[in-house]
Amino acid sequence: MIKVEGLTKRYDRTVAVDNISFEVEKGQIVGFLGPNGAGKTTTMRVLTCFLPPTSGTASIAGFDVLEQPMEVKKRIGYLPETPPLYPEMEVWEYLNFVGRLKGISSGDIARRVDEVTARCAIGDVRTKLIGKLSKGYRQRVGLAQAIIHNPDVLVLDEPTSGLDPKQIIEIRELLKALAGEHTIILSTHILSEVEHSCERVIIIDRGKLVAIDSVDNLTNRLRGSEAVAVEVEAPGGLPDPSGVQQRLEQVPGVSRVMMKDSKNERLVFEVESLQGRHIRAELARAVVNSGWALTELRAVGLSLEDIFLQLTAAEKKSAAKEEKEGVQA
Amino acid sequence: MSHVLLICKKELKSYFASPIAYLLMAFFGLIFGFGFYTATRDFVRFSFQAQMMGQQGPMNVNEQIIRPLLGFASTVSLFLIPMITMRLFAEEKKTGTIELLLTSPVTDMQIILGKWLGAMLLYICVLLMSIVNIAMLFAWGKPDLKPVLVAYLGLLLQGGCLLAIGAFISTLTKNQIIAGGVTFFVCLLLWLLSWMTAFDSTGASQVVNYLSIVTHFENFGKGVLDLKDVVFYVSMIYFALFITARSMESLRWRA
Repeated sequence: MIKVEGLTKRYDRTVAVDNISFEVEKGQIVGFLGPNGAGKTTTMRVLTCFLPPTSGTASIAGFDVLEQPMEVKKRIGYLPETPPLYPEMEVWEYLNFVGRLKGISSGDIARRVDEVTARCAIGDVRTKLIGKLSKGYRQRVGLAQAIIHNPDVLVLDEPTSGLDPKQIIEIRELLKALAGEHTIILSTHILSEVEHSCERVIIIDRGKLVAIDSVDNLTNRLRGSEAVAVEVEAPGGLPDPSGVQQRLEQVPGVSRVMMKDSKNERLVFEVESLQGRHIRAELARAVVNSGWALTELRAVGLSLEDIFLQLTAAEKKSAAKEEKEGVQA
Repeated sequence: MSHVLLICKKELKSYFASPIAYLLMAFFGLIFGFGFYTATRDFVRFSFQAQMMGQQGPMNVNEQIIRPLLGFASTVSLFLIPMITMRLFAEEKKTGTIELLLTSPVTDMQIILGKWLGAMLLYICVLLMSIVNIAMLFAWGKPDLKPVLVAYLGLLLQGGCLLAIGAFISTLTKNQIIAGGVTFFVCLLLWLLSWMTAFDSTGASQVVNYLSIVTHFENFGKGVLDLKDVVFYVSMIYFALFITARSMESLRWRA
């Protein structure tokens, strides 16, 4: 559905996006992840025909953004970082305007406006001035604007920024509901966002593509070893921390044991395994056999935060190395 | 075409949703009314004097009231037009709504024409304020209608021209004050060009004179409809809208 090849965008002297290529299949939700200033917005602007690429190509549904921008624009719904709203218009009036602008016929427009107001839960502010709406409502009106013409592809630049947790959950649900029929690409610098709502992640940093994969694969790839949280309780009060630690370290396959916490007579350890070893059964046995009570045993997934930091750190390291080599050469 | 009208309607609505449209109409109505009052009062006074002295001087409402008044209106419009055009693109660039327009399936020219047409309609609404006064002359006098119509056509063409230039300047900045200020300066300059060359007939100053938007109004003001002037205004409007389109295009490449 979305195809980007060798996309580069240069502003004056800075390179905002540097030779990025990726593809997105129909019906997928893809998270576009990166720190501020990584080039997310620029890439999205190229996809929506707002900016022309310096080099490389991007196409939506087989239409190139430079060659056939009209066809691309018809198929795309775009929510920029700040929703493009006219404060002097009422909500329904605005949606009417955008719908007509996107080419909905006058016969269908009323029905479409009703549909998106229901879908984005903005029915109760239909006749309010946009200028008087709260941030959450504005964001939702922005989203309604993006989906009004039922586009094949939705491009959302930080759709949940500035919303309260309840609204964030609502938007997530909405995006999931939309995913089947629309292909969605959403950018964010909040990692949990991607974990919750995306199937695939594209990570970019300083204009370069760092990783592109499914969320599960990324976690697995980076987490060669398994991490387990173990909570131990002794029948006669607090067990001896160093004793427990030693015992855990003796379990075959364990590479590292860290004490995380001690609360209410319980000790919490985080245990990491060697590559490819499953240690949970062994751990449980070891604890119980030593006369302690095992109150919790839980696999700890590597969060996207960790992955992200690892990836970008690796990137920095190799860049530094190249630089060094360059100097030596 | 429907997209042009759609954008035009939106522009017009936002003018009338803010105080700016009412302010301009009231301001123009007041100034024009004041000019009308003094011109008519003097006309009446002179015609009384002429009668008392027994002179049969030629008194003409068209020549002595309407023509100077509409000439005055053309000058006043130089001050009003920057206030109409300054927000056209600068505001959309500032609030980011330009992204909505540029990522919708409409061409740049449709956006520009829609906006220019919206500004034009507001300008017409402003000019309509003067109709009340002119109508009084028709109610209590017998002026010629044709020269009045020609003069209004001249006002429209001159206004269209300056509005197109203002639209162009508005694409250059995000700041409405700057857009308005520069447009005002350009309007003044075009006015001064005609002063500069008033008593000069060298080749260069003839060219400068020809370029002055204000001098072309003079014929219209006299009630003379000259194809030369119409062509000048229409081609200037076309040119200004053309460079507006180029400026919009460069916006994408620069941004």
